[in-house]
Amino acid sequence: MTEERTRGGTAGVGAPVVLEMRGVTKTFGPVRANDGVSITLGRGEILGLLGENGAGKSTLMKILYGLYSPDEGEVIVDGERAEIKDPKDAVSRGIGMVHQHFTLIPALTVAENIVLGAEPRKGATLDLARAIRDTEELSERYGLRVNPRTRVADLSVGEQQRVEILKTLYRKARILVLDEPTAVLTPQETEDLFSVLKELVADGLSIILITHKLGELLGISDRITIIRDGKVVETVEAAGTDEGALARLMVGREVLLRVEKTEAKVGEARLSAEGLVVRSGAGAKAVDEIGLEVRGGEILGVAGVDGNGQTELAEALAGTRPAESGVVRLDGEDVTRVGANGRQERGLAYVPEDRGTKGLVQDFSLSENNALKTYDEAPFSKWGWIFPKAMRRRAAEALRAYDVRPPDPDARAGSLSGGNQQKAVLARELSGDPGVIIAAQPTRGVDVGAIEFIHRQLLEQRSQGKAILLISLELEEVRSLSDRIAVIYDGRIVGEVGPDATDEELGLLMAGRTGGEKGA
Amino acid sequence: MDEIFGAPGQLLASTIRNATPLVFAALGGMFSERSGVVNIGLEGLMLISAFAGVVGAFLSGSAVVALGFALAAGLIFALIHALMCVTFEADQIISGTAINLLALGGTGFLMVSIFGSGGTSPRVEGFGEVPIPLLSGIPVVGPALFSQSVLVYLMYVMVPVTFFVLFRTPFGLRLRATGESPEAVDTAGVSVGRMRYYGVALSGLLASLGGIYLSMGILSAFTEGMTNGRGFIALAALIFGRWNPIGATGAALLFGFALAVTFSAPQEVIPNEFLQMIPYVLTIVALAVFGGRAIAPAAIGKPYRKE
Repeated sequence: MTEERTRGGTAGVGAPVVLEMRGVTKTFGPVRANDGVSITLGRGEILGLLGENGAGKSTLMKILYGLYSPDEGEVIVDGERAEIKDPKDAVSRGIGMVHQHFTLIPALTVAENIVLGAEPRKGATLDLARAIRDTEELSERYGLRVNPRTRVADLSVGEQQRVEILKTLYRKARILVLDEPTAVLTPQETEDLFSVLKELVADGLSIILITHKLGELLGISDRITIIRDGKVVETVEAAGTDEGALARLMVGREVLLRVEKTEAKVGEARLSAEGLVVRSGAGAKAVDEIGLEVRGGEILGVAGVDGNGQTELAEALAGTRPAESGVVRLDGEDVTRVGANGRQERGLAYVPEDRGTKGLVQDFSLSENNALKTYDEAPFSKWGWIFPKAMRRRAAEALRAYDVRPPDPDARAGSLSGGNQQKAVLARELSGDPGVIIAAQPTRGVDVGAIEFIHRQLLEQRSQGKAILLISLELEEVRSLSDRIAVIYDGRIVGEVGPDATDEELGLLMAGRTGGEKGA
Repeated sequence: MDEIFGAPGQLLASTIRNATPLVFAALGGMFSERSGVVNIGLEGLMLISAFAGVVGAFLSGSAVVALGFALAAGLIFALIHALMCVTFEADQIISGTAINLLALGGTGFLMVSIFGSGGTSPRVEGFGEVPIPLLSGIPVVGPALFSQSVLVYLMYVMVPVTFFVLFRTPFGLRLRATGESPEAVDTAGVSVGRMRYYGVALSGLLASLGGIYLSMGILSAFTEGMTNGRGFIALAALIFGRWNPIGATGAALLFGFALAVTFSAPQEVIPNEFLQMIPYVLTIVALAVFGGRAIAPAAIGKPYRKE
């Protein structure tokens, strides 16, 4: 506990206040997403907004941007009460927002995206030349390098984010809200982004940064407001706190930031791939000659920035996407031509990255979902009949074992929270005692409590001698669970490192720079 | 060749005449689909305007009034489609089908109540051919391209105009953006619903030009079901032409050529039934070959609902 901590309110803001949200309350049915939330933002300040998934950060920011209207409370911009009914009002008040999921149009050019809705005109026509000039000017001024003539579809994720920021600056934003901006970036790109943000606040802008990554916030923000269950827990000075204290405030109890891991007892190779080539839905070579081997009793982590072939790799290994060439082996047997069902019968469990559409049938009950892969086997089925009672009984056991709430086999899968949906997927996949587990982003969008549980389950499986392939965008997760880390870039494994590799080392690999250039 | 297909000049002139309604409807469909609303109702929009134009001419004897009737009918039917698809978020295919059925049944019904019998309406004064001085004097090409109805000249003008509107104006940018990502348009402070209404309304107006050309440019009367699938061929031309005004016009000319061949080839050589299949077979082939590769507006067919 540090002395510098202040309770809510305006204390701690040295500069004039540009934005204040007072007593904001917003309910969705029975859920209080925001419950009397108050925050203040000073001129030239970076305020971190920290909280778990579902704590109410995004709701609060959507209210600020006019996407939701609050039940109670007020927004004060530059000392003046602001009625913000839609994004247009927010923009006219100088509020800009960079959403977690970009709102760019891939088919249009950078300049077209930036000026959309506020187009420079020459008579009745669109003055594209000026749009390009204005974009260039802004991008130069703040070091947001991007070519205005390029189509957004051809940009990297980091560049797309720059376009999003440029979009707000073009609309003369003075208050910038960034929602989980680093989720899609490599460590180096994150650094680039942060230096741009520093440039912006030096120019007098004020920034609200939403994230659940503790370490980052400490480095960049001036103050941090922690939100839990829709309420502000505390507002602290970044300089006077540490990760442990923030995690405690965020979750409301002690959290193990790093899971305890026993020594690996590595056995035989159980899952392997050689020269695997897989094409994406669009026809591009998404996986390009990948070879890997996962042995019993170890976790092989695959780290990389989103969209570098992870999805296709996982699906090709699980058998839900055809491999163009190469070989996949399960316990030594060539299963390249064996479908997903056959691989599952041979002891492969697959936790797909998108539990909402690929892991569960949202409109089915939990017991039906639990039997989704084994409905045609005893005890669920005999002589072409299925036995719902047996399905329900098995599901009830599995749900209890995996702490799914509610543990009700008749509950609709879609009615569960993200974390519980994921635990339900895990319950189905792991209860069949598989030998090999492919876990693709097992904790994406899952709250901290569930993350801890899922991590412990994976480590438990590891100690039972299972071979686990963990594909994740969360560097911290890969690092804390894996025995070896393979870095994927542009469909290739560009390097393999141990779990004690530095951020810089991993970051360079994730950006596709291998071995020789490391020193540069 | 000449004895089979007629003189090349005649074939070209016939190609232009057959392509004109397709071009109008395809350009109209482009505005609708670029805004994200599928418009398979083009057929019905053309049919109802073809009929309304004849009614206007029948009542007033004036081509201008007829044109006004046609535009109004096309606009009203298009707005019904927009109301269904945008405001009520109905399935766009079903709404478009409803427009087609409504136009077919509605014109059949009104034929009887206005003209006393179904089938073909009484003859009205159509849009005659207006040769353009000098240009129409060019050998072969001149009479084919420049000795046509005013509506054909309007078609010549509309192609570059739609291109310009779509790619060189703020309106066009917003329209294209709406069809690609309504979320992005919404966060940029532009109303998605309004853009889609504009897009569908423009499709109604343009399709009605195609419709009235059928009944009063080529013929001088309305015949039940006279669009005979041309709205769907225009839709195919739009896809074939990759939702681009120039491309769609090119595709429409190709289909127009196929129709022209159908009408000008003598039946003694090839059975009539086979000839009449040509444009439709060509449509299927074009869609099978190019349809998959064409890049449709990303958000096409999906109603937009704010969260």
